[in-house]
Amino acid sequence: MKDWFRKGSPWIWLSGGAVTISMVMVVGLVAMIAVKGLSHFWPKPVVEFNYQTAEQSEPVRVIGEISRSETTTAAAMREAGFNVPEDQDVVVRHLVKRGNRDVTGQDFVWYMESFMSDPRYPEEILVLERLQWGDFYGYLQGFLIDGEVVAVGAEARTAFERTLRDTAKGVRELNGIERGEIGDVNFRMEQLRRQERALELNENISDQERAEARQSIAQRRAELDEQYAVLAERRNELRAELSRYAITMETMEGQVRTLPFNTLVHGWRPNEMNIFQKMGHYARSFWDFISGYPREANTEGGILPAIYGTVLMVLLMSIVVTPFGVLAAIYLREYAKQGPITQLIRISVNNLAGVPSIVFGVFGLGFFVYFLGGSIDEMFYRETLPSPTFGSPALIWASLTLALLTLPVVIVSTEEGLSRIPRSIRDGSLALGATKAETLWRTVVPLAAPAMMTGLILAVARAAGEVAPLMLVGVVKMAPSLPLDGNYPFLHLDRAFMHLGFHIFDVGFQSPNVEAGRPLVYATAMVLVFLIVVLNLAAMVIRNRLREKYRMESD
Amino acid sequence: MNEPSETQRAQSVGAQTLRENSRRAQSMGDEKISLSLRDLQLFYGTDRALNGIDLDIPEKRVTAFIGPSGCGKSTLLRCLNRMNDLIDGCRVQGQILLDGEDIYHHSVDVAELRRRVGMVFQKPNPFPKSIYENVAFGLRLQGVNSRRVLDEVVEASLQRAALWDEVKDRLQESAFSLSGGQQQRLVIARAIAIEPEVILLDEPASALDPISTLKIEELINELKDKYTIVIVTHNMQQAARVSDYTAFMYMGDLVEYGDTDTIFTNPKQIQTEDYITGRYG
Repeated sequence: MKDWFRKGSPWIWLSGGAVTISMVMVVGLVAMIAVKGLSHFWPKPVVEFNYQTAEQSEPVRVIGEISRSETTTAAAMREAGFNVPEDQDVVVRHLVKRGNRDVTGQDFVWYMESFMSDPRYPEEILVLERLQWGDFYGYLQGFLIDGEVVAVGAEARTAFERTLRDTAKGVRELNGIERGEIGDVNFRMEQLRRQERALELNENISDQERAEARQSIAQRRAELDEQYAVLAERRNELRAELSRYAITMETMEGQVRTLPFNTLVHGWRPNEMNIFQKMGHYARSFWDFISGYPREANTEGGILPAIYGTVLMVLLMSIVVTPFGVLAAIYLREYAKQGPITQLIRISVNNLAGVPSIVFGVFGLGFFVYFLGGSIDEMFYRETLPSPTFGSPALIWASLTLALLTLPVVIVSTEEGLSRIPRSIRDGSLALGATKAETLWRTVVPLAAPAMMTGLILAVARAAGEVAPLMLVGVVKMAPSLPLDGNYPFLHLDRAFMHLGFHIFDVGFQSPNVEAGRPLVYATAMVLVFLIVVLNLAAMVIRNRLREKYRMESD
Repeated sequence: MNEPSETQRAQSVGAQTLRENSRRAQSMGDEKISLSLRDLQLFYGTDRALNGIDLDIPEKRVTAFIGPSGCGKSTLLRCLNRMNDLIDGCRVQGQILLDGEDIYHHSVDVAELRRRVGMVFQKPNPFPKSIYENVAFGLRLQGVNSRRVLDEVVEASLQRAALWDEVKDRLQESAFSLSGGQQQRLVIARAIAIEPEVILLDEPASALDPISTLKIEELINELKDKYTIVIVTHNMQQAARVSDYTAFMYMGDLVEYGDTDTIFTNPKQIQTEDYITGRYG
C-alpha cells in the first residue's frame, strides 16, 4: 500500500478520474442537447383517444402528439385539484400537443392516463403547419374553390396534395416579395427621404442647385413608387390566387374549420408515413429551421437571422480584436520598458478578463452607443435626427464591445507566443543588419502567429457564447432585416441583429408559449454549439497550417 | 542617413587614427588593420567584464580568441558588431575602430554596422523559412527583390559556403530539414550573402560533430582570402589549425596576443603557457 502511494499511482488515478468526469459531463451535455434538439423535427405519431374524468358523463375525443409523460404521486395531484380515485397511489400523466391554438386556445394539455381509453392511430389524421397559430390537427373533409366545395373524401385528398405543392411556391414568392423586394424599395425610399432632409439642412448650396437636386429626388421617388405599385399588385394577385383555394378540416371536438391555402406551409399524415417519408420530412423540417425566418414570437419557424447575426458579429469582432490585441502585445513585450508600470498594465489586462461581461455591456452602451454613436449621428446623420442611426444598439457596437471583452485573451496568448521565440532567431536577424522592427515583422511575428491564432480561438469561443452584454448593445428579439444584404452599403453596421444565445434565452424564458418553445431551445442550443465548434475548427486548421509552416526544430 | 558634416568629421577622425594604425601595424608585420580596439572596457551594471582591451585585428586574416569560460572572449566578440547593445545595463567605454571609424560613435547606424560586420552564433539559428529565403534574407532587407539577382547571390553564397552541391535540388525546403552542420554552413552562407567586411564566429563548431567541424574549419580557411574573420573557440587545436593570430584572455584581460605559432609554441606569459598546456582551465 505504501509502495502504491510512493509510485504516484493515486495521483494518476485522481487526474485520470478528473479527466473522465469532465469528459462524461461534456459528452453528456452535448448528447442531451443533440438528442432533444434533433428529435424535435422527427414526425411523431398522432394519437387519438377517448378521455373521461369522473365529472364527465360523456367521453371526449382528443387528438394530439404525446410530447412528454411523467409519473407523480396521487396525493400531489389531489392537492392540485384533480379528482383521482382513492385506490391509486401514483398517477401517470401525459402532456399532449393538441395544436389548433385558434380553436381551443390551449395547445398543450396534461391528460391523466387512468382516464384515457381506446388509444388508436388513425392513418387519415392530417397535420398542417401554418404561418399563424401553430400546427393544426384534424381530418380533411373537403376541398374548396372560391368558397364552393368541389371535392370530398379521397378526391379532396388528392386535390389538397396537388394544390399544396403549387401554393407552397406561391406562399414562398409572396414571402419573398413582402420581406425582400418591398423591403428593398422601402429602404431606398428611406434613403431618399434622408437625402431630401439633408438637402434642407445644407445651407451652402444655391436655391437653383437645391431645386435641381429636389427634382432628381422626386424623379427617383416616382420610379420607386412605380416599382412599389408593380410589386404590390403582384402581391395582391398572389394573395387573391392563394385564398381562392381552401380546405375544411374536422377538429377533435367535431367542429369544422375552413383553412385557406395562403396560410399553409406543409401538410403530412404522420401515422401513415413510412420510415423514408419520415426521413424526408425530417430533412425538410430541419432545413426550414436552419434557413427560415422566425414566426409567432420566435416559437415557430427558423433561426436564420440569428445564425447570420452570430456569425457576422463574431467575424467582425475577430477583425477588430486581432490587430488590436496583437499590436498591444507586441508593444508590451518588445518595446515597452519592462518595469513596474508595464507590470501594472499587464495585471490590469489580465484582470480585465475577469470583469463580469455585463459590465462590458454597460460600458458599451454608455461609451459606444450613446457617446460614440451619438457623436457620429450628430456629425454625419443630422438629417435623420432625432431618430438615431448609430446612436442605438447596433452590430458594430456589439462587435466592439465583445472585442474589448476578448482583448485580454488575445494579448496574453500573443505575449506568451512572443516570449517563446528563441533569442537566437532574433540575434540572427539583427546580425544581418535588420532593425528591430524588421526583425519583428520578418521573423518573430510569423513565428508567433500560431500563438496569436490560439488567442483568437479562445476569443471566438468566448464571444460566440456571450449573451449578457449583447442585450444592451445590439441584440434584439426580432430584427426586421439582416445586417448584410443586397442594398448599398451591403454591410449595415448600424442595424440591430439577432443572436443564437439571446434567441435561446428569448424562446426559452420570454416566450408566451413555453411548451412550444422548449424543443426549439434545444435545437437552437445545438446549432449554437455546432457553430462554435465550426468556427473553432476553422481557426484551428489555420493555426495548424501556420504551425506546420513555421515548425521549429525544438518544438 | 548621417549629416554630411558628421560624415566628414568621422572621416577626419579616421584619417588621424589611420596614421596611428599604420604605426601599430609595424609591430604585426605588414598587416593592414581592419578592427582596432582602444582601451575597451565593458560593464554589466557595475560589474566590469572587460578591463581595457587594446587589440588590432588584421584584415583578411583569421584571429582567434581563446581562454577559459567566463573570461570575456564572447563578450568581446559581441562588442565588435554591437550585439551587446541589446543587453540591459550593458555599457561600453573606449573605442573600437572599423577602418578608422569609431563604431560606438552616436552617428553610426547600428543596422548598417551589422551589415558590415556579420556574425555566426554557437548554435545554428536558421530562420523558419526555406533554404533559399534564409540566404536571401539579408538582401531582401536591403530591398533587393529582383529574382535574378537573388538567384545569383543565393547560388554564389551557397557555393562559397560549400553547401551548394548538397542543397541545390531542395532550395525551397525548410532550413530545418538540414543537419546541424549543414545548418551552420547555411548560416555562414546567409552571413556572406550580404558581403560583410568582417565575419564574427562565436564558437561556430562547438555544437557540431567532428566531420562537420572539419568542414567548417575548411570553410574558414577558404573564406579568409576575402573576409576578416574573428573566431571565438574553446578548442585550442582548432585555434591552432585555423587562425593566423591568437589572443589569450583571462578574467576580462587580454593576457597575450600575437601570431598563432608564437602563442602556441613560445608563449611569453606563464598564464598562457599553463592554459595551452592544459595545466589550467
